[in-house]
Amino acid sequence: MSQMTTSPQFVSMRDVFGDKLLELSKRDPRVFALDGDLANSTKLDKVAENNESKFLQMGIAEQNMLGVAAGLASVGLQPWVCSFAAFIVKRAFDQIVVSIAQPKMNVKMIGAYSGLLNGCTGKTHQSLEDLAIMRTQPGMVVLAPADSVELRQMMEYANQYDGPVYIRVARDSYPDLFDEQSYRFQVGKGVTLVSGTDVTIISTGTQTSRCLEAVELLKQEGISAELLHLPSVKPLDAEAIIASARKTGVVVTAEEHSIYGGLSSSVAEVLVENFPVPMERIGVQDRNSESGSNSALLNKYGLTAEHVAEKARKVIARK
Amino acid sequence: MEHLTNENVEKLKVLAAEIRRNVVKTVYHAGAGHLGGPMSAIDILTALYFEVMTIDHDNPAWEERDRFVLSKGHSAIALYSTLAERGYFPKEELHTFDEIDSRLQAHPDMNLLPGLDMSTGSLGQGISAAVGMALGAKLKQQSFRTYCMIGDGESQEGQVWEAADIAVKYNLDNLTVILDYNHLQQYGWKGTEGRTREIPVFSPSSRWGAFGFHVISIDGHDFKQIVKALRDAQRISGKPTIIVAHTVKGKGVNYMENNYLWHSKIPTDQELALALTELQGGNVQ
Ligand SMILES: Cc1ncc(C[n+]2csc(CCOP(=O)(O)OP(=O)(O)O)c2C)c(N)n1
Repeated sequence: MSQMTTSPQFVSMRDVFGDKLLELSKRDPRVFALDGDLANSTKLDKVAENNESKFLQMGIAEQNMLGVAAGLASVGLQPWVCSFAAFIVKRAFDQIVVSIAQPKMNVKMIGAYSGLLNGCTGKTHQSLEDLAIMRTQPGMVVLAPADSVELRQMMEYANQYDGPVYIRVARDSYPDLFDEQSYRFQVGKGVTLVSGTDVTIISTGTQTSRCLEAVELLKQEGISAELLHLPSVKPLDAEAIIASARKTGVVVTAEEHSIYGGLSSSVAEVLVENFPVPMERIGVQDRNSESGSNSALLNKYGLTAEHVAEKARKVIARK
Repeated sequence: MEHLTNENVEKLKVLAAEIRRNVVKTVYHAGAGHLGGPMSAIDILTALYFEVMTIDHDNPAWEERDRFVLSKGHSAIALYSTLAERGYFPKEELHTFDEIDSRLQAHPDMNLLPGLDMSTGSLGQGISAAVGMALGAKLKQQSFRTYCMIGDGESQEGQVWEAADIAVKYNLDNLTVILDYNHLQQYGWKGTEGRTREIPVFSPSSRWGAFGFHVISIDGHDFKQIVKALRDAQRISGKPTIIVAHTVKGKGVNYMENNYLWHSKIPTDQELALALTELQGGNVQ
């Protein structure tokens, strides 16, 4: 808990991503940024404008872009491919499988504008399946940061690690939860943000900040919730999941993703195989989404702190 | 099949100006959406929906209607504004653009709004669906035509060329593809004068010609040329037609024209007023 900051500030995730990649591109001669004509949205333009020779425009052609990245990696470079998560993950998935994941290429894939909140672009541009899809690949590291401190550390990790990494990045600003000095992101490890005894809430990515609010709501009702943040969807911290479920006896999962195939499925697999407990899931249900403001979307698709708290009460009643 | 009269041209200009005004107002109101690409496409959409296509706005699902696919789906607001002007739905509904529970989604959703023949938004996919529609018309021996608008940036998607191959293979002379050739995309390639006209190694006429399309090049803001090209395409037999329409991104509003930043930028109050003044009275050309 000492890893958390005491004065949370809202920080733009995409700006932090752009700044950090610029830093990596200046420091590491292997690092190149590949764009699919979205640099001014994803903030890859920070590299284009400040370190131009490290910026490669690939055009609106995601399948080719991932293939080119594989080729760059095969000759010892470290390409960072960045586009909207919807387009790199879904549109170029066969290229990711055959050219990147199977040969274990050192390619970093950044899924920008991930999840539900996309600045009113609607369902074609949302990515509610990226975690599910990417985790099917053997050896793929799949990460979802809760805040900008964690994002920077993940990018540092990805730069050091030799192999394919997918990081889902949010478009908007989020409160910084972690303390820059004391927090250390570790791949495959969960972080217990709040300890509790009545219910375990397990979340990933930007949903974690909404879960933190839910924990507060529950506390006011005298419910002691434990919040386990899993920044690493793959590899997954099975030990932490089992230990917390053993302690509280019930689990709620929460993610800005479809309820199918992502964090909730990953957690359910671990629990069913090791320590089955009642479980409820927060995420976009089996339905298509639409355009709208952040708050309207979160409300309609059931991702607010209040929704999380409601599921927590519900799962406790199932004890 | 005659040429447009000057009177008809004037009528289309007035309509296009009104459609442009509604696009700018809607994007301003929504605080989201695209402007450059929609403005670039409006004269062609106006010609299609008010002069060329065989459609019935009271019966949008009429089986024999001509089909239109906006493959560059981010320009949805241009299509919505055109459909509203044509009477498919009340213009006041434009105010719901991009909002939750709206039929006017950021990218076209055919299951929500009658009058949309295909859902699009991920670039490159619409043209394949248009090929399917034209092929379907042949297989079912129906006489409707299919029109499809694509972007020049969008043409970087390999899928566009996969679709082109099939269109030629099946002799789809009932398909007209219109390229909105405005020389700009979202961020694109940096050139000597900034990001102005930098779509690389792309000579659309020779490329589409090499794929076996009948190619017509026009000024995409000249109604006489637009309508003539669309009608000429109807008479070509044995192969599909591409109309390479030279256009200006942001057309009609001086400060938006040829500036990639207006791909998706929201006007301030002052910019809105300026745009509406410039678009007054239909003197866009
Ligand atoms: C597959 C895919 N990749 C990226 C995008 C994001 N995007 C939307 S519009 C656009 C630029 C399109 O340029 P162009 O086709 O030339 O259209 P126009 O200039 O007429 O707006 C991009 C990259 C998308 N919608 N789909």
